[in-house]
Amino acid sequence: MWVVLLTDFFLYLLLAGVGLYVGFVLRTPHLRHAWRSVMTRRGGAVSVVALGFFAAIAILDSVHFHPRLEQPGAQVEYSNEILSVFDVLVGPLRTHVERTYSAPFAYHAHSKETRETPQGRVRVYPRLEYGGAHLENPEQERGWDITVRVLRGALLGAGVWGFLWLSAWQIRRLRGRKPRDPGEAAIPWWSVGVTALLILMLIGSVTQLAGAYHVFGTDKVGEDVLYQTLKSIRTGVLIGTLTTLIMLPFAIALGITAGYYRGWVDDVIQYIYITLNSIPGVLLIAASILSLHVYLNAHAEEYTSLAERADLRLLFLCMILGLTSWTGLCRLLRGESLKLREHEYIQAAVAFGVSGPRILLRHILPNVMHIVLITVVLDFSGLVLAEAVLSYVDIGVDPSMNSWGNMINSARLEMSREPPVWWSLTASFVFMFGLVLFANLLSDAVRDAFDPRVKR
Amino acid sequence: MSALLEVKHLRVAFGTGPDREVAVEDISFSIPKQGTFALLGESGSGKSVTALSVMRLLPEVARIESGEIRLNGQDLLELPEVQMRGIRGATIGMIFQEPMMSLNPVMTVGQQICEPLRRHRRLSRRASMARALELLDAVRVPDPRRRLYEYPHQLSGGMKQRVMIAGALAAEPELLIADEPTTALDVTIQAQVLELLHELQRDLGMAMLFITHDLAVAKSMADAVAIMQHGRIVEADSAKEFFENPRHEYSRNLFAALPDISKRGLRLHGNGSSPDEQAAQPESKASSKPLLEVEDLRVHFPIRRGVFRRVVGQVRAVDGLSFTLHEGETFALVGESGCGKTTTGKGLIRLLPVTQGKIRYRGHDLGHCSAHEMAPFRSELQIVFQDPFSSLNPRMVIGDIIAEGMQVLGSAQESGERRERIEELLRQVGLEPKHQNRYPHEFSGGQRQRIAIARALAVNPRLIVCDEPTSALDVTIQAQILNLLQDLQDQHGLTYLFITHNIAVVSWMAHRMAVMHEGRIVEQGDTVEILQNPQHEYTRTLLSAVPRL
Repeated sequence: MWVVLLTDFFLYLLLAGVGLYVGFVLRTPHLRHAWRSVMTRRGGAVSVVALGFFAAIAILDSVHFHPRLEQPGAQVEYSNEILSVFDVLVGPLRTHVERTYSAPFAYHAHSKETRETPQGRVRVYPRLEYGGAHLENPEQERGWDITVRVLRGALLGAGVWGFLWLSAWQIRRLRGRKPRDPGEAAIPWWSVGVTALLILMLIGSVTQLAGAYHVFGTDKVGEDVLYQTLKSIRTGVLIGTLTTLIMLPFAIALGITAGYYRGWVDDVIQYIYITLNSIPGVLLIAASILSLHVYLNAHAEEYTSLAERADLRLLFLCMILGLTSWTGLCRLLRGESLKLREHEYIQAAVAFGVSGPRILLRHILPNVMHIVLITVVLDFSGLVLAEAVLSYVDIGVDPSMNSWGNMINSARLEMSREPPVWWSLTASFVFMFGLVLFANLLSDAVRDAFDPRVKR
Repeated sequence: MSALLEVKHLRVAFGTGPDREVAVEDISFSIPKQGTFALLGESGSGKSVTALSVMRLLPEVARIESGEIRLNGQDLLELPEVQMRGIRGATIGMIFQEPMMSLNPVMTVGQQICEPLRRHRRLSRRASMARALELLDAVRVPDPRRRLYEYPHQLSGGMKQRVMIAGALAAEPELLIADEPTTALDVTIQAQVLELLHELQRDLGMAMLFITHDLAVAKSMADAVAIMQHGRIVEADSAKEFFENPRHEYSRNLFAALPDISKRGLRLHGNGSSPDEQAAQPESKASSKPLLEVEDLRVHFPIRRGVFRRVVGQVRAVDGLSFTLHEGETFALVGESGCGKTTTGKGLIRLLPVTQGKIRYRGHDLGHCSAHEMAPFRSELQIVFQDPFSSLNPRMVIGDIIAEGMQVLGSAQESGERRERIEELLRQVGLEPKHQNRYPHEFSGGQRQRIAIARALAVNPRLIVCDEPTSALDVTIQAQILNLLQDLQDQHGLTYLFITHNIAVVSWMAHRMAVMHEGRIVEQGDTVEILQNPQHEYTRTLLSAVPRL
């Protein structure tokens, strides 16, 4: 039985918006040209492919349903649990749960346990239930087994890549090659291909390994850390995009209005954001999240499943982060509009009797979009980090929800153990780093492509 | 006289590899002691690059590829940077074009002049301050003792340029490089600064490398001149010989492109039009039917202070102006910066609120009508701005820029019709229809100005306010734009309110003119009459300050 959570709904909405925009771009020659030139930059092309990978996981993880319960009776019943398509795809990752911590690729637990043997009580490292369980003699066999699996997976990935590449080439040939405009640069297909190949080989290896080992180890309750980080992608992407989506209308509308109209409009808007800025953000967020708690407890019957409650909390967090974080961008845009309004092309528009709102949309907005783009991407990483900080004071996303913030937060205690449990932190760091890095690379390429002042 | 500075076969290039662009190619010249050498050329001809090479202050992407620069026989290009620093400021002084940008806003005038003194002459603080005082006195800064402790923002443009000169002269250099020292200044100030440079040169016995685009300025200063084009010197000669008898075709074209009262009614020589081709006599088409009457126009800006933004005073930018524009004529509003001429232009078409006065246009008073009542007249009153780089939205393609007025004002609503109109307009201003899908940054300054004119024409205006439309352009480009404006006036019977500080342009183009000073018109009437027989004291000062060929 399919379920659409609130955040899913917004993500679909966002996807629909992106789809519409792509359609619009394809119909508008100069926009198509600009986006094409994003793809002709190596950084742009590579990051589009890599971000596509992240986005694909986030989207797969946003299609939720109640699984059917295996019951002998004729009555069809659904579990109260909510799963996503992604959960089904990665099957064993989710179900292979150990008892507690284990290191990456380990076949025994991280700490010793007491066992009763005929010789009396001994302290041993117990074997894991799933990790390396298929090995008879793990000490000797493990290295070889891992190598074989990595190679097999890489070959598999390369095979899939080769198939896709060949079919794309074939389609292109059948459709006939469209002559490229002489002014347009070629898309660096080579870089795109290599990136896709690397990602596919990585996925192949990881799938081969994941069935038999815990690639990033397990956490305190024995859950696979790789699974957790992959699930966290959705949380990270949602916090980054939804918050931005909520913040942008405020920041843009108020910022350029204040800058263009000046006078009392400017005064009012400035007073609003100065007031908002002078309230400590963390307090405001804490207050809102706590009041949401109270609301949830009062209406417990409406939000029955844990996932729904966690989801509502995530959405609320995005909203409150959005409402508190628009002031910085608003201030930047106000300043830029103050500068732009004195430009003579704005005066020329006034001389045509162009109305205020139209000037804002046609003349000012396009000229501040590069600031918006840069701020959004820089904020994206900031927001993912803010989530981690908020989790620290227990007002972040729900503890039951996988997120990099929660993982980093729990790593505080893990890192102080002896020997330290380093893999949770490492895994979340690697993925977060990847996402933010590629987002930055893409934003660089986009900014260059859309800034006509940068000579191509 | 032996040569102080000798430049031989200098070549400077920007970038390396396939992007390499040669900015200066095989330049050779020499400046004798106490001589003045003028490098003339249009923008991008490499004259500033040459000057910066002498100072070894080129930007990092530029490289001197070959050649010698000898100062008193010593090759500057071979000196280590440490010794070069000893030469800059001490043996060679430099004045830059933009006095607003070349003074540090957080240092007092005294500190800035003392800096080279303490560095090169090893003077004590007290001694250097005393010397700075002498210098300020030498460059005729009034009340120099007070000025020493003032900051640049407290000085006027001309005063800043004097301080710059004082700084450059502080260590008594043998060579002064002046890179367009008066371009940013008004003509009356320009005349004073040029005069000052002349006297200082004589008193201090220094040589001068004078860089300018202005033929007349060069004539008033130089002993010898060289004309640069595309990084090469195309003609070099003594000033006397050059101004009497320019030999190279490019030099002759430059002279032909200059607007002048003697060329009234003739086309100017831009690239691609012949100089003797006849244009309509400016006097011919102007009628005496008034199109727009301005009566006692005042535009005041309130000065607000304090928390409650109380109005504590008024800046009287335009203070009681009355004039009449006749249909089909060019009426020039002339004055120096800050005299309120641009404010007048913007006030007329209601880009600025008018404080008081009547603007009677075809029986309607535009001075105090609402934005709504103004709407029908928007298409008839248009404006072309000074800076072609900020007057076009960089994010819109040319077609959209030109179409905007048509869309808003409702002419040519259908897209096919509008497209045709855009193509027609582009052809009219000398561009190609295929240009409509390009962005402004792909065009040069002159082309951008053509686009701005096409945008104004798109809505079939009757009056165009031309706000210094050629002052950011080179003379040959200026000639093209002026010819274009003249042609359009002949074809469409347009009326121009031509706002400018350039007397030469006015003398070539305007039927009638008004001279503005401090928000008021001091004199108005027929152009030729005023130019030949100015009545008012200020007009006389202004006209006598204009350097002549």
